[in-house]
Amino acid sequence: MTSLVNVSKSAIVTRGSRGSRVAFGIGAAVAFLLFFAPTIFGNSVTNNLTQFFILLIMAIGWNLAAGYGGMVSIGHQAFIGFASYAVLDLSIHGILAWYCVPLAIILAGLVSIPVSFLAFRLRGGYFAIGTWVIAQVFQLVIAQQSNLGGGAGASLNDLNNFNPITRDNITYWFALGLTLVALGVTGLLLRSKVGMALVAVRDEEFSAAATGVNVVRTKRLVFVLSAAICGGAGSLLILSNLEVQPDSSFSIQYSAFMIFMVLVGGIGSFEGPIIGAIIFFALQQSLASYGAWYLVILGAFAIAVTLWLPRGIWGAIDPHHRRSIVPLRYRLRASKDDLSISDRAID
Amino acid sequence: MIWTNAVVQGLLLGGLYAIFACGLSLMFGVMRLVNLAHGDLGVLGAYFSIILVEHLGGNPLWTFAAVIPVAAFVGYFLQRFLLDHALNGGELSPILVTFGISIIIENLLQQTFGANDQSLNIGSLSYQSWKITSDIYVGRLNVIIFVAAVLVIVGLQFFLSKSRTGLALRATADNRRAASLSGINPKRTRAVATAIALATVAVGGLFLAMRTSFSPTSGTSDLLFAFEAVIIGGLGNLWGTLIGGLVLGVAQTIGSQINPADGILIGDLVFLAVLAFRPQGLIASRNLANR
Amino acid sequence: MTLLKLDSVTAHYGHLQALQELSLSLREGEILSVIGANGAGKSTLLSIVSGELHPRQGHVYFNDADITKLAPHERVRCGIALVPEGRHLFGNLTVEDNLLCGMASKRRGDWDLTAVYDLFPFVKARRKHRAGVLSGGEQQAVAIGRALMTNPSLLLLDEVSLGLAPVIIKDLYVALRRIAAEGTTLLLVEQNITEALSVADYAICLLEGSIVLEGVPTSLSQEAISDAYFGHSKMVGSSSKAESEL
Repeated sequence: MTSLVNVSKSAIVTRGSRGSRVAFGIGAAVAFLLFFAPTIFGNSVTNNLTQFFILLIMAIGWNLAAGYGGMVSIGHQAFIGFASYAVLDLSIHGILAWYCVPLAIILAGLVSIPVSFLAFRLRGGYFAIGTWVIAQVFQLVIAQQSNLGGGAGASLNDLNNFNPITRDNITYWFALGLTLVALGVTGLLLRSKVGMALVAVRDEEFSAAATGVNVVRTKRLVFVLSAAICGGAGSLLILSNLEVQPDSSFSIQYSAFMIFMVLVGGIGSFEGPIIGAIIFFALQQSLASYGAWYLVILGAFAIAVTLWLPRGIWGAIDPHHRRSIVPLRYRLRASKDDLSISDRAID
Repeated sequence: MIWTNAVVQGLLLGGLYAIFACGLSLMFGVMRLVNLAHGDLGVLGAYFSIILVEHLGGNPLWTFAAVIPVAAFVGYFLQRFLLDHALNGGELSPILVTFGISIIIENLLQQTFGANDQSLNIGSLSYQSWKITSDIYVGRLNVIIFVAAVLVIVGLQFFLSKSRTGLALRATADNRRAASLSGINPKRTRAVATAIALATVAVGGLFLAMRTSFSPTSGTSDLLFAFEAVIIGGLGNLWGTLIGGLVLGVAQTIGSQINPADGILIGDLVFLAVLAFRPQGLIASRNLANR
Repeated sequence: MTLLKLDSVTAHYGHLQALQELSLSLREGEILSVIGANGAGKSTLLSIVSGELHPRQGHVYFNDADITKLAPHERVRCGIALVPEGRHLFGNLTVEDNLLCGMASKRRGDWDLTAVYDLFPFVKARRKHRAGVLSGGEQQAVAIGRALMTNPSLLLLDEVSLGLAPVIIKDLYVALRRIAAEGTTLLLVEQNITEALSVADYAICLLEGSIVLEGVPTSLSQEAISDAYFGHSKMVGSSSKAESEL
């Protein structure tokens, strides 16, 4: 039996590692460069990037609820559609569409609170279907609102006076900004006490409750944040499509996309949604001409990944979370002469 | 009188929902698996019937004899070769796998048959009715469906309580470990549960196709209605599932009476109300499935 | 003849090694008691025999056949039945339904409903009640009865006396003796050392996954048992070994 490691006084407890700091640096540089995309690239590239960011934001939001909160929802399209319609409604009431975005996000977060009280009555698979029913209720209620276009949908006319290219660029910057905000919020949340609580709840809910973690409140907070983030995606959708329609704004397909991205990228990891969004976006572009086949492939992929690669691509690359951009684990580091084992994370 | 009529029609509709719901309830009871592809598998049965009629002709009613055994067969092997693996993967796994199956089925159907509504034409039976009172007419098909629903539920209940396999299903639902230790084959038991579930949902799918129209995406609504029926009625109890179906049917029909576009929404609101104020369901049963 | 044989079985829970190259054999008709402190590996041993846990190394033989790879329900069909710790009855099924589940083994033998009701008359009175509402002792009887309904050659019992009043325990052990008298081989795991040793033909004491003491119960002294149970002899042994190396 090995004896206990003899740790000298020079040992330190850190959170980051060289790998994570490098990754963060690269990420920040990329974000900075992306800011200049509209000036460097043409309009179609910018619009594609906007679509990509919308998908990425959805993935981040859903991953927060499902990957970190353990709540597999197939009703998050409720918040996407809700935010789209919120932007429409607020702009009808005279607020310029751009300013509606933060308001819509907040509203999406707020509306998710009563939703959570209902949905939390259910667990597991029934929770999933329950959220789907609730999303359907959102859709049906909105479809009844004739001032919002009823079942046929409506256009966002508020921005018609803008030069289309300028309008698209501003939408792009909103998309980039919201993506960074979503990443930032997620990262900060995970590193906070709430984040610790989340990991504890995810690992062993009963014991987490026994150590004083308010499980329900923690989950609700995560649910609301994930709803708000998906609301961000929804606001961007109406800004870029300039129209809404109940069937498409609340489409279950969004859930299919979110699940695919997060599963393939790596559920419950920070980097997973990013990788998943990139892969999904690439797939979507290349398979666009195949119609419904690409959804069949998506479905098959999702099943395969769930069964054989449950931690996704990022889980395969970094199973011990050593290269995370958002380092969560505490690590014990000591100089090499003190230890017979090298720098290792103590999970 | 219109309200009485609405209630009667709603009860008949509710029978159909109960047929859809009992398979979902059974699978969840025996193995805690919520099959998100449940509704789609029912719709698959309806499309299979269309193919059969196309090639072999006749009134679609005969296709019950072909679709039911095929559905049971498919269910048995779906469980053994796919869903069993999903169950091994942890909590999220069955939800994600069955959702994936749902997407595949819906889109394959769309590619193969197109997105348009279809229907199973059973001839005069679809519009014949019986007169109950001067204001209340009941469609013969609807009555047949209702009777079938009661037979399915009673039959299933009988099977569960009296047969050796039924005992194995109930035991597995109660305590998986103890069932295995008593000599009950867990793989076979699960596969039988899924076989039964798919057979019943195929019946539901066929009846639905005869009663109204369907399309590749109908499976979604069927799943949601089945689920609502289960929750309204209460987990763990087939009679509860029947009651839940009836309540949902009546809620939807009365809702449609108030405003034609509101039927499904009122049903959803009743479901949410039960969830909010009586989450254990109307017929609360002391059963492990209530966890 | 040898009914059960374990050959150098090593078992793990994750990284934790629970059984260390354990070997034992059990003759037909014997009653073997396994005692030991919590965590010694007693329940693990039963899991290996019942099939709920597969060994990382080693083999399990039953009636000279290698059953190491068989699943629990297949072992029941061979004739091994486990009465698990904590009873694990089908709480929502009636007592009679619980017993009838044992018939899934499709094994023929002397044990049927009549025989079980004869062994435990108080169970017969409760046979239409939900198993979940029975008292602890009644539940334990039903659990044993359910296992008997599979007509096992080998009956495994995991801590049957746990949480029960002494009077009830005495009654249960009378029943166990009757079961053994009918020809069933018993392998008991027990915290209650007195009862375990009084009923056994042979006893072993486990500590940290190994057998540290074994023998016919009458030949084992209180001191030897206590030392083995708590591991005193092991510690004493290792220090004396260290001394002899100096």
